Formats: sequence, structure tokens, C-alpha cells
Amino acid sequence: MRLGSKERGDWKLRPMADSTTTVGYAGRLEDEPIITRLDAAVDWVRKNSLWPMPMGLACCAIELMATAAARFDISRFGAEVMRFSPRQSDVMIVAGTVTYKMALAVKRIWDQMPDPKWCIAMGACASTGGMYRSYAVLQGVDKILPVDVYVSGCPPRPEALLDALIKLQEKISREPGLKNLKKAPTANAT
Amino acid sequence: MAIALAAINTLTKRFGDKVRTPVAFSDKVTGRDELSVTVAREVIAEACELLKQEPALAFDFLVDISGVDNYDSDPRFRVDYLLYSLKTGALLRLKVGVPEEDSTLPSVAKVWRGAEWHERECYDMFGIRFAGHPDLRRILMWDGYPFHPMRKDFPLEGKPSNVPEVAFTETAPLQGGPFVTVPAEHARDREPRNRKNALPAEVRDKAKES
Repeated sequence: MRLGSKERGDWKLRPMADSTTTVGYAGRLEDEPIITRLDAAVDWVRKNSLWPMPMGLACCAIELMATAAARFDISRFGAEVMRFSPRQSDVMIVAGTVTYKMALAVKRIWDQMPDPKWCIAMGACASTGGMYRSYAVLQGVDKILPVDVYVSGCPPRPEALLDALIKLQEKISREPGLKNLKKAPTANAT
Repeated sequence: MAIALAAINTLTKRFGDKVRTPVAFSDKVTGRDELSVTVAREVIAEACELLKQEPALAFDFLVDISGVDNYDSDPRFRVDYLLYSLKTGALLRLKVGVPEEDSTLPSVAKVWRGAEWHERECYDMFGIRFAGHPDLRRILMWDGYPFHPMRKDFPLEGKPSNVPEVAFTETAPLQGGPFVTVPAEHARDREPRNRKNALPAEVRDKAKES
């Protein structure tokens, strides 16, 4: 074991390149073990491979598609794997107007997503009902499921969605990931 | 126009005084030249069948079925059928009065399959039932929703409802919203964006400062 050997010593907790995960390492990363908190390791894995469930319901979905395409390229943040199956998704991006009729499907798909899961409410409609102050539209998707990040805009620019994704990553890196790993299903999951 | 007129004559010959008050609408600018006729609701399905099957008329395309709520008048509802002939280019509008206490009329889904969704929408929005429809469910609102939102006595913001284990609705916050008109003499003053009393002045100024 070379761990802790005197000449290589100098173990310190240092921020990694993305500044949210704390790890400790010695001088040469290539052939040295990395020490870290298990929480941080779990969070690091989770936040850099968020697979979105694209819940595209209106014009926001066009911006969501633009975010995924070459110019804005959501894969720079590890979230390019749009899954059209809730079973394989981590984050639901609610992009558009949630009508009461569609709310039934949104809630059902959210319930089908395995824990841990997160939600981004993209745009004015998904956040608050937007300009649709009407009998037909749910006034914010947070009335039926917990939202982690809200994005303003009508529709938001792709940069705004990427900012929301980064904000969500920061939030995940603060979570007690290990504790959540063993967490019993929440009341939401059925 | 000539074919639509022939259609009304055919209807009158067959149904007598159950077909009333033909009305012409002409407009030189848009080139519109259309006929409407009021048909008693008990014969509407037969009338549609006749208009479609009669070779000289051949109204083979149902453009739309729309409901109208003439609140406070009798009969309260009206259902309009807009017929078109792809063969002759003739256009004909049938109007059917539907009273509130017995808001049922025969389905024309057997004549045109496309009528199924139109009738479902009419049922969903106005609560008008279509006898003989193969699948009369709501089409826009969720199953079990207790109201018919396009009725005149239903508010735009909706009404709260709750069907346990199914769904719920809440009243949308209209006050202060950007799309609410206020009563005023001139359209200019009714315009939402020109409205001065959208929010109390101090609230508005505070929002600007922060």
C-alpha cells in the first residue's frame, strides 16, 4: 500500500474541478487512489448522468429540443440521454402547459419514475400556469409533484434550461446521497 | 347557392314545417354566399342522411358541429352543422335548437364518422347529449369533471372540483392577470394592457422599485 507513504504524503481535501464535490488526492492523480466522502461520490455520479424525461407539452418543448441539439448540446452536462420511458429517467423536464387532462398523465409518469428523481418546471406555464388563467390549465405543475428548479421565460432560452440543469446539479451535490440511496419509497411513489 | 337552395327545397318537401326560416348570407368582399336553415331536432339525423345520400346534393363532408349557448333565451342551446359537398362545392348550415331541460338530440355519427369527435366536444363543453353516439365521453376535460365550461354561466377561471383518486381542479387566479378585460364603454378602455386598475397603484409601484 502506498497510501499514506511519507514521500507521497500531503493528503488534503481539495475541491475538484467542478467545485461542488470535495475529494482528497495526492500529487499525481494517475496512479494514486482518490479519497472522498461516499456521499460526495454518489452525488457526483448522480449529478453527472441525469437522464431526462422530456415532458414536452407546448412550445417550451421546441426550446428543449434546441437544448439537446448541437448548438447548445446538453450532453456537455451529461444529460443528453432523453428517455421516453419513465423507468429509465432521473429528471422530468416539464416543458409546457399542463392542462388538467394532461396532468393525469404527467402525475402517472412521475409516479412511474424510480427514486431518486428530480423535476425541472420549464417556463411560465409549467411553473405557474403562465398566461393560461383558465379553467382548463393546472396553475403550476408543483400542485401535483415536487419541483426542484423553476425556469422563468416564455419560452426560456436554451441557456436558461442549461442554467437550471447546473442549478439542479449543485442541489444534488448537496444532498446526502448515501442516505437517499437506502431511503424507502416516498409517499409519491406507488 | 343553387344547390344549397335545392337542398332546402328537398328538406321542406320531406319534412314539411319541421324545416323553417332559411337565411342567406352574402358578402361581395369575401365572396361568401351561404344559406342557413333551421331544422327541428327530432329529424336532424334523417335530414343529414338525406342530404348526404341524395345524388344531386351529395353533402359528403361534415366541416364542423358547433354548440352555441344563447343564455336566457328559449331554447337555450343551438347546435350548428356546417355541411360541404366536395363534389359540387356547395355549403349549407343547419341550425337546431336544443332546450336546456331536455338537451338531447340524435347523433349523426352514423352519417359521417367524423361527427364522433365533434359531438364529444359539444357534449364536453355544453352538456348536450347525442342519442345513438357510439362513445360519448368527454374529449377535452378529464372523465368525471363535473362542469361544462363553455356554458355562459360558467366563469373563465373555472370552479373548484375534486374527484378523490382521480383529479381535481382549482379556480385560476384571474385578478391582476394580464388577459382580463374590464367593463368599459370603449374597446380601448376594455383592453387589458391599457387597464389602469389592474393592480392597486402602491402594489404596482412597489413591484417596480424592487
